[in-house]
This record gives sequence, C-alpha cells and structure tokens, in this order.
Amino acid sequence: MSAAEAGSADTAVRIAAAVRAGERSAVDVLEAHLARIDGGEAEVHAFNTVTVDAARAAAAAIDERVAAGEDPGPLAGVPIAIKDNLCTRGVATTCSSKILEGWVPPYDATVVERVWASGAVPVGKTNLDEFAMGSSTENSAFGPTRNPRDLTKVPGGSSGGSAAAVAGGFSAISLGSDTGGSIRQPAAFCGVVGVKPTYGLVSRYGLVAFASSLDQVGPFATTVADAALLLEAIAGHDPADATSIPQEAPKLVEHLDDGVAGLRVGVVTELTGEGISPDVLARVREAADALAAAGATVEEVSVPAVAYGLSAYYLIAPAEASSNLARFDGVRYGLRVDAPTTNEMMVASRTAGFGDEVKRRIMLGTYALSAGYYDAFYGQAQKVRTLICRDFDAAYERFDVLLSPTTPTTAFDLGAIADPLTMYLNDICTIPTNLAGHPAMSVPFGTGQDGLPVGVQVLAPALGEQAMFRTAAALEAAAPRTTGASK
Amino acid sequence: MTDTVLSDPTNPDGRAPTDSLGNAITVPDSDDVTVVTAADGSRWELVCGLEVHAELATATKMFSGAPNHFGDDPNTNVDPVTLGLPGTLPVVNQKAVELAVRFGCAVGGPQSVRRSVFSRKNYFYPDMPKNFQISQYDQPIVVAGELELPSGHVVGIERAHLEEDTGKSTHVGGAGRITGADHSLVDYNRAGVPLLEIVSRPHVRSTEQARQYVAELRSILVACGISDGKMEEGSMRVDANVSVRREGSQELRTRCEIKNLNSLRSLGRAIEHEATRQADLHAAGQKVVQETRHWDEAQGVTGTMRSKEEADDYRYFPEPDLVPVDPSPEWIAEIAAALPMLPAARRARLAEATGEPRTAESVVVVVDRAQDDQAISALAHLARLAEVGGDPSAASTLAALADDDVDGLSGPDAGARAAAAPDAAKARVLVHVTQNLAGEGGADLAPVRLAELVALEVAGELTATQAKQVLAELVADPEATAAGVAAAKGFEAMDTGALEAAVDAAIAGNPAEWEQYRTGDPKVRGKLTGFFVGQIMKATKGQADGKAATALLTQKATD
Repeated sequence: MSAAEAGSADTAVRIAAAVRAGERSAVDVLEAHLARIDGGEAEVHAFNTVTVDAARAAAAAIDERVAAGEDPGPLAGVPIAIKDNLCTRGVATTCSSKILEGWVPPYDATVVERVWASGAVPVGKTNLDEFAMGSSTENSAFGPTRNPRDLTKVPGGSSGGSAAAVAGGFSAISLGSDTGGSIRQPAAFCGVVGVKPTYGLVSRYGLVAFASSLDQVGPFATTVADAALLLEAIAGHDPADATSIPQEAPKLVEHLDDGVAGLRVGVVTELTGEGISPDVLARVREAADALAAAGATVEEVSVPAVAYGLSAYYLIAPAEASSNLARFDGVRYGLRVDAPTTNEMMVASRTAGFGDEVKRRIMLGTYALSAGYYDAFYGQAQKVRTLICRDFDAAYERFDVLLSPTTPTTAFDLGAIADPLTMYLNDICTIPTNLAGHPAMSVPFGTGQDGLPVGVQVLAPALGEQAMFRTAAALEAAAPRTTGASK
Repeated sequence: MTDTVLSDPTNPDGRAPTDSLGNAITVPDSDDVTVVTAADGSRWELVCGLEVHAELATATKMFSGAPNHFGDDPNTNVDPVTLGLPGTLPVVNQKAVELAVRFGCAVGGPQSVRRSVFSRKNYFYPDMPKNFQISQYDQPIVVAGELELPSGHVVGIERAHLEEDTGKSTHVGGAGRITGADHSLVDYNRAGVPLLEIVSRPHVRSTEQARQYVAELRSILVACGISDGKMEEGSMRVDANVSVRREGSQELRTRCEIKNLNSLRSLGRAIEHEATRQADLHAAGQKVVQETRHWDEAQGVTGTMRSKEEADDYRYFPEPDLVPVDPSPEWIAEIAAALPMLPAARRARLAEATGEPRTAESVVVVVDRAQDDQAISALAHLARLAEVGGDPSAASTLAALADDDVDGLSGPDAGARAAAAPDAAKARVLVHVTQNLAGEGGADLAPVRLAELVALEVAGELTATQAKQVLAELVADPEATAAGVAAAKGFEAMDTGALEAAVDAAIAGNPAEWEQYRTGDPKVRGKLTGFFVGQIMKATKGQADGKAATALLTQKATD
C-alpha cells in the first residue's frame, strides 16, 4: 500500500469519530502519521518544520480529555498540517523566505486557534512558494516540495507542502491559503480536495498577507466530507478581521448527501477551450455528464470577462503585495544585514532576504501604484474586477454552481517551467473566483494520459458553499478511482 | 469677504487651482493681514493655511486594542498590530470615528460628515512599523467646515481625516539627527495612536489669526472631548502652509510647508520669518521652491527638510484590510444633538448678556476659561433681583433667588435672560470674573453668591475695593455670604459727609503735597491723586470709595 493510499484511508471524519468515542487513541493516530512522515518526508519535503514533541503532547492531552469524559471537539485527534504563512505561537513561521529568519510569532492565527479548539493535532508547518508567490512550490528558500503521486513532478503551489502532506498521508487534513489558486491548483496536482472559501468566510488574522483583497485560508483533505468538517471548524466571523463576514457560516456537513437533483450546473465556456489540455477537458466533460446523470441540469455558460482575469490579477496582487511586504525591513524582526545607515540596512536586508519571484512582484506592484500610472494599471484592473463580478452575477442568475477544470494540465516536471509568464498561466482557471471573492473548490476526477490526477473545479456565488459541497460530493461519488497512482 | 479664484503667475504648473477635494482655492480679505517688507522695500501680504494633527482622546489605538496613553515607558503600549507583525490586521476604533464625526458636526454640521475610505500611504521609515501609514486620502470623513475666530474672522476648513500616528525615533550621537547618528532607538507607544488631521483653507491672513485659529480649534477639541489638546505633549501638532503675494494683489504663489510648530509662539514667529524669506526671494526675482521646511526655534529660522522634487511618491491605494466607514445619518444626528455649546456660541451669548462686543477681551477670556456659565448665571440672578426689587442685603431675598432655576441655565437662552440685568451689574460681574475670580477656586464660586456681592456693590453698600476683599473671602469659605463678610469686616456704606471729612483731614495733614497737587500739571496731579487716595483709604480702613474720593479732591482743588 502506498503512502497515498494509507493516507486516504485515514479520513478526518473516521479519526475524529473514533477518538471521540474512545475507540482509538489520538496518540496512536499521530504515531501512524509520524511514521509516514519518517518514511516519506525526506523525499517529498512537505514540511519546513515538524513539531513532533508539541504534537505528541497535544495528542496525549486529547486522549486525557476523552478519558475524563470530555469531548475535545469535531476534529478530535486529527493530525493537521499548517501552511507556513499562518502564524503559530512559539513555532517559527517562515513563509519559506529567508527574510523571516529567526522570527517566532507571539500569537496564533485565528484559524490556528480554531483548529486547536476543535481538538486537531498540528504536526508541522508546510512548505510553500515564498510568500505564497508561485504555482509549483519551487520558489521556496528551503528547496522545493515534490508531488507524492510522482516525485519527479511538482505538487503545485503555492500551498504545495500542505497538498503534499495530505496526499502523502503525513497529516489527515491541512490548511493552505489561496490568492489566485494556491489551494485548488496543488489539490488538483496532488489528487486531493482543496477549497477556497468565500472571501471573508474564514478569518485572515494571522495569515501573512500576500494580496489582502484576494487571500483566503482554506482546507485540504482527502475527501469532500473531511474538507467540509475542517471548513466548518475554521469558518465564521472574527472581530479581528474587518473583512470577515459578520454572519453565521453555512452548514456544510449535514447537507453533503442532499444530492444534486434539480441543481443547475453551468460549464464555463471560456475555461473549457483553448489552453486546456484535451485529457483534462475530457475529465471535465465526464464530470458534467456525471452530474447530469445524478439529476442536475447541465448547460454551457459564457462568463466573458474571466478572459481578462489573469491580467487584472497580475496588477492587483503585486500592487497589494508591494505594500504588504514593505514591513520586512530588518528593523524589528527577521533577517538584518548590517550597513552604515538605516536606509542602506533596509536595502541590504531586503536584497538578501527576498527571492527573485518576490522581488519581481514587488517591483511590478510598486510600478502599478506609481503616480501617473495608477489609473492605467491599478485603477483599470479594479474596473476589470468589477466586470468579472458582473459577469459571474449574470451567470449565477441562471445557475447554482459552475464547472471548469482546476488547472490546464496535470502536474508538470520539477524545473520544467522557467518562464514566469508561462507559470502564471497555470492559474488561469482559478484566478477569476479570487477576483470575484467567490468560493471554488477542486475535486479529484480521474487522471490524465500520464496517469496523474485531474482536478475538476466547482465554483459558486458568494456564500454558496453548501451547493458547492453538494456538487463536490456528487462528483466524488462518481469519480473514477485514482488512488494507487505510480510513485 | 471677497472670494477669488487665483492662479500663480510665477509658477503656473506648480499648483492646481483646486484643493484636495476638487474645490476652488479661495483667499478671503481681512482687516488684519500680516504684511512683510522685502529687502528692496516691496510689500507682501501673507496667505496661509494650517494643518493640525490632533491626537484623539480614545482609550485604545486607531486600529488595535493597545492603550493610547502618553508618557509611559517605551514600547509598553504595544501589541502585535501596533508593531505591524506579519499576519496582523487593523480594525477601526469606533470611538475614534465617533470623535471625528463629532468634530465634523461641530465645525460643519451633520452634512459635512461623509462615507470615508481608508488608504495606505506607502513610504519607508523605521518608526512606521508597516512602512505604510493607514490614512484617509480622497474620501475623508469630514469634507467641509468653518471656524469663527474671536476676532470675528472666519477660517474655512477644507477637510478632516482619520489616520494613525507613527512611532518616535531617538537618534543617539550625530547631534540627535538621523544623519550621522551612531544608532537610533524607536518607541512604538505612539505608533497607531488615532489622529484627526484638520486641514484649513488658505484663509489665515495674519500671524495673530494663525494663533487664534489654533487656540480656537483647541478649545473646540477640548470642549467636545475630542482631544486633550495638549500641545506640550504633542497631542496637537501644527504644520503651516505659507505663501505670500504682492500687497493688494489676488495672486497665489508657490507655498512652503513648515512642519511641527508646537507652540503658539513658534507658530507666529515661524510664519512671519517664512513670509519674509519668500518675499525676499520674490523681490530678488528668485524662485520659491515648493518644499517642506522645519522651524529652528533657537535660531529663529526655517530650513529645508525635503523639496517636492525629491519627495516620495506615496503610492496611495485603498486599504484592502478595511471596509469603508459609512456612519448612518441617524448616528450622525445623535452625535450632533449631543454636542456641547461651542466657544463661538458661548462668546456670542456672553456678549449678548453683557452688552460687550463679541471680540472684547473680557468676553474672549471668560469663555476661554470656561467661566461664562458662571457670569451668565450670576447676571440672570441679578436680573431677577432687579425684577423683584428686593433688598439685596436681606438673606431672604437671595435665598429665594437661589431656589430659582437660573443656576441651571447654561443653554443659549440664558444670555437673553441675563441681558436684563442692570448695566452697572453687568460691568461689575465681568470685572470680577475676569480679574478677581481668575485664581484658584474662583471658577467654583456659586453664581448666586457672586450675584449677592454685586447686588450690594451696585446698591452702593460696598466699594470696589471692599467688594474685592469680600469676594476673596467668599472663594475661601463656601459657607460665607457677602452680607455676612461685609458686616464682619465692618464695611459699611460711608456717607458723603464722612468721606469729605476724611478728604479734608488728608489735605490738612499734607499741605506741601496739596499745594503741588493744586498747582501741578496733569502728570503731577495724577501721581499725587494716588498718594491722597492712599492716605484716605488708610484713614478709613479701605471703606472709602476711591472714585468718589478722587472726585472730591478734584472738586476741592478747583474750588
């Protein structure tokens, strides 16, 4: 049995139920996962830090609480991996960048507090493209992560470590962040479920910002039900995040089996044409057919403005990033490269601390916001964003959910894409939902000609997670078996 | 007031004809315009606008729960948000918004408060934790207003916006400046403190108006509980935008901004110096460069901080971590309704009550000291007394008055009621409050007790000198009454005969001085009046009325 098979068998739903019932010990569950980390992590490199001691202490505490008759929560004893751009009190948070060298957050991100409060057992911090900027997890200061399905392939990015941790059975579930596809694309590449929730559904407090108006934290899991369980645990209003939606989060788990009969599904024309490889397109058609067979009505729908998503994204995201990353200056924390004056020290620290892709985006963003260029670049991109929202709104008047590929291709070889612009094209299907603030998720659905997983993307309007998860559950039930892929 | 749209003849591209909100720039005329003379003798008049940063009187910071408190040990009032730690997010302090709305209502009415948007102002500086400042840019919370100065001159307010303060750097070595310092220390206690930046229109035409504007603004901020207004603690910091134009012209020339003028004295001196510097440059045919300058208090000069050409491009964009602040009309109305009476209205009310001009120094001073309620209430008592015509020395009359509701009258209507007091009483109340109740405890004297004293004085039962002494006793002893103190001190009305006897005795006892008085010029006579009145006071133990004694002396000298 491969690591991937073992991992998918150990679902969060099963673990939590067994631990809460006192049928399995959280310590045993953890040790099984730590054993898989021991076996596979050296090759995969999913983690920047594995917190073995803290995890063992946490698991033991869960068992004690169960023994004392307490209920540790809906994720009792479930090992979870946390993307290394989410702040963890007392545990280094690096964003896979040299610039944060030596920094240990004095506080937990809200989502981290919530997984602790749900009884989950954090096992470590996962690798990412530096500051979440990338689509392959090759832009990490600590070396790339490899795809557990095929170690010659990238896991996708930027949440490649979190996707690989789940795909490799190192943790049952994990947290990632998605700014332009950073959860969904690696989920597709690694053959797991990945969810980008509605903007504002999950708190961003403690997520080291890349592009504030696009970033959203979300779950990775081997099953749709596990993803729903984790999303329920982390969703909901947080007064520490002013963009957090001040209302109750949608109920997901109890509606997973509601089926898709009567659901109106639109297949997005603009995302199922040029630039998408034929085998990926074939899987999307099969997925649409499967939903139709399950009672949904399926039609094509045009969302014209999504064609401009990538251009708008590469102005808005770098612009916000250029400002968000200004604080890394060597003055208060992280890397400091000494120099005669404060300004020179800042320049030297940032020059040594940031990688090429981060520098590229800071420069792009600084330019896009400059006096005299703002209207032509940032201002124009915001108008495109409005158009994308308008086109999605029109589509959602006729459809409950939309369908597209998650990625144009299956996972590619490490080192295969050197040109940044080609790399950016990986996110062409995922970016529009970030610009609209809508939810979307990737569900594994068969494989490509190369035997690697294909992800189908389900998109929904703001706070439309319930219909999105129902659709995802139906796809999961109908999906060809993909486990047991070559390694 | 004549408003004129202007252009800059010397620098047509240097300045847009509109302000930050797209309104036409206007400069009002005034009776009081500071005119400076350039080295060549040409005369130039001042055009000035002021930017005041007021720290808001909130318990916590603009975007976090860290305490907003001055004077604590460095880096104790900080939290992850204040320090801009990775992953932290700002949350708007609702109290700060309320105080900004209060300010808008006070100077511009509810319609001057708008939906506002926070933006990021990006630049690198070590005392700014995020290397951007969250501020309001093109959509500030207050978009209009005006301030009437004690002089009657009106200064328009262009805008007021919310923002966060920066930390404070201390440079060690290198004469305390960042250039050449051995190292720098940063205190982030001030970082994130809520600020209201209040931008005036270029309506300040004289150094005196500049001082009055800041003083008036301070009074409003303090009266409304918006800021503690302590300039010495940096709660209020003033920048002045200074330009000059040929006397009598309507030009608008290049301006310079002088930063951080932290006292009213520095403000006036710096503006005057800067105006003269610019006048000299213009007169010599040289160009004034638009730049930021600092004021050197010791040298009494302004110097270049940075010129516009090398100024940062702040790359403003809407703060994506915050949603727009959109106060509901109901909330704004509620805040407007709860505003206290403002200094200008108080001056108008006191002027109405006393018959003095609104610009009279006594009126300005009494309102400034927040003793106008005391004066008005005392006058209202005196008006009531005149109405009923009771004996002012009778305890029963005053006891009845004390039960009246005049003590509680402090609204705008109180002025009309107080205006009915006799003119003599008005003058005496104003004198007492201005001069004799300025010391410790003076403001706490109950108006009815002041009224009692003035009633006795106006009725001729106490001289001005006696009244002053009695007043001191009333302040010192809350149980004392004016009639009681007067009786205890043996103060009685001195009849004309007794006074004349005292005058005659003084003349007889000092024949040489009397001769000089009788024959001397007005200067000598003036000097000797003081001498004789002093003698008479001494002889009567202060019971004599100085004015009456002087009149008698004059009469006897010319007889």
